[in-house]
Amino acid sequence: MQVKNEDIIMQANKETPTVSLDRRHDVSKNPLCLSGKGVTREFHAGGTHTIAVNNVDFEFREGELVSIVGESGSGKTTLSKMLLGLLQPTSGDIYFRGKKRDISSGRKKKEYWKNIQAIFQDPFSSFNVFNKIDTVLLDCINMTGGKNLPADKKVELMTEACSFVNLKFAELTNKYPFELSGGQMQRLMIARIFLLKPKILLADEPTSMIDACSRATILDMLLNLRDEIGMTVIFITHDIGLAYYISDTVYIMEHGKFVEHGSADEVILTPKAPYTKRLISDVPKIHEPWDLSTVSGSAE
Amino acid sequence: MKNTVRQVFHSSKFVVGFVIFVAILLLIILYPLFFPGNPLEMIGVGTFAKPGTYVSLYDGINTETETLKLPGAADKRLDSVLKREDRIKMVAYLSAVGADIEGLDYMDTEALMELWRANYDETARPSGMTKAERNYYKRLNASLSSMGSSGQMTVTEHDSSGEEQVVATIGTEDYVNVSDVANTKNLVLGTDNFGRDVLKELVSAAGTSIVIGLIAGAVATAIGLLLGLLSGYLGGFVDDIIMFVTNIFTVIPGFVLLILISYSLGQDKRGAAIVALVIGLTSWTWTARSVRSQVISLRNRDHVNLSRLSGHSLWRILMTDILPYIASYVVMAFILQVSSGILAEAQLSLLGLGPKTTEVPTLGLMMNWAMLYSAHLNGSWWAYFPVILMITLISFSLNLMNTGLDQVFNPTLRD
Repeated sequence: MQVKNEDIIMQANKETPTVSLDRRHDVSKNPLCLSGKGVTREFHAGGTHTIAVNNVDFEFREGELVSIVGESGSGKTTLSKMLLGLLQPTSGDIYFRGKKRDISSGRKKKEYWKNIQAIFQDPFSSFNVFNKIDTVLLDCINMTGGKNLPADKKVELMTEACSFVNLKFAELTNKYPFELSGGQMQRLMIARIFLLKPKILLADEPTSMIDACSRATILDMLLNLRDEIGMTVIFITHDIGLAYYISDTVYIMEHGKFVEHGSADEVILTPKAPYTKRLISDVPKIHEPWDLSTVSGSAE
Repeated sequence: MKNTVRQVFHSSKFVVGFVIFVAILLLIILYPLFFPGNPLEMIGVGTFAKPGTYVSLYDGINTETETLKLPGAADKRLDSVLKREDRIKMVAYLSAVGADIEGLDYMDTEALMELWRANYDETARPSGMTKAERNYYKRLNASLSSMGSSGQMTVTEHDSSGEEQVVATIGTEDYVNVSDVANTKNLVLGTDNFGRDVLKELVSAAGTSIVIGLIAGAVATAIGLLLGLLSGYLGGFVDDIIMFVTNIFTVIPGFVLLILISYSLGQDKRGAAIVALVIGLTSWTWTARSVRSQVISLRNRDHVNLSRLSGHSLWRILMTDILPYIASYVVMAFILQVSSGILAEAQLSLLGLGPKTTEVPTLGLMMNWAMLYSAHLNGSWWAYFPVILMITLISFSLNLMNTGLDQVFNPTLRD
């Protein structure tokens, strides 16, 4: 109860979060940050053969906010794991800043992970419950070469990161992540990214498990982070409405394939693929009848 | 952590197991402090002395006596010397001389003696009775006559010149106070086949067996944990190799492997620590398999992925992001391994493949000695029953603690 009160107070002290269309960027001239050609991932288990991601091509530019939208099981998470380097593609290549990505050794992986970080869907399982919040943030400072910094400088950095996400480090120190609310934990995750300042952030449905009030705050912070650091944000979501509001570019994924991609306006206001149309019609609208026949019907 | 400990000690099963185990540990630690000495010291020359208090006869003679006129003392004395076989033979004699034995209970000493005194005739030659039998009855009658009378016993010893000197005259009503006798020994559990104090041996053996169990459990858990962590987390080729080896060890019956290794080592090399090591080396497989399955369910958790993205080393991820999550499971596995280590030692020793018999007693060795010297056939229950009880109590307490922990860490099992 106390935690929720603190949330409300912080929210009240802050300017209203803004998630609006005018925060989109034109990134068409920016150099390529992450791209892929024919990326495929297959799984074999007990005689079953599944193609989770099927021969996809993509181009994400520096400073771009890209949304990958699709239903559960469409291959979004498998693709995100391949982008993060946690899973190897069965075939196809991924390019980082124009060069073929090489994560063949532990050292090369570590080097790559300095450039790409993630925020996961479930804030409650994203933290090691045995590590204190200080440890989580100190790890980030150590990872960015700040291991030998004096203790007060480290505290200063952690305080700065926490204040970026409207948290007070002094109140968090010596606490465990599970003592925070879901919204606070997800903000702490953004504070972590603020310290790491990667080139690419992969946000895998970061708002799907938190309440609607905290959602706008989290999205606002993600957009601030993109503006502040100039990083590429890959936003994985099943909520096409949300994708429209925050994205520069949208990729629609169905059964492991990209069925449509382009600028957010282009894809969502003038959809071409039947699957995109269905996703749009599935979004419930206040003051309008909701056609449930399309929800359960097929894309065709 | 504090909350977890509180939860653990709220489990009645864990508390009962813990209390029994701590009581056994206290016995093992405190008993040698109060009753020091080598548990393998042979204090008895004969085998299997019954449990009870032993008083030195020699010292008793030289101890100041008190005269006590206790009612029924003569009958009790007769009762104690008149064995069952003697009574049956007395009834046979009475029957042979035509005495009225109708309704006689041969265990009723008073009635039997009355009839005996009335009918026994040293000169009688009942038909069919051999001379040897008549002599037996003469000796028996003499013994019974002296026992029943209020006579005296004279104790003599040879002095330096070889002449007999009267040392003491003992009457049937002379008693000594046990605390005045210089040498007495209370053998709560008697002695074993080698004349060793079974209680002292049992306490020492329980300690050794628990140490064997702890070493075996630690070795098995360490190997199983390490292989399970690596196999479950790394997967792929490493997993295939580790699981191949694990499956081979699983398919070969562990106990047979244990017997073969113990036998091939030879008795000279089989100290308690070596036996514990061999038990540990042959019983890690199920720990490895179960830890592997736990790790597989953890390795794709978000916090583990985040740790990988933070560039943490394999060792750090295993130790800080995976091991703490399965720690309760590992503790439970360790407790079970300790319990099964103690049982495995007992089984091995029972087969004569346990530790060297000259160094330390173990619960298994005590069972082995009792079996070799036919304690179970000659009714010397004190040589093996307390050992069985001790093994059962240790194993029971460990398993009870394990079940209690399981209920705390796995809420679906709570009552």
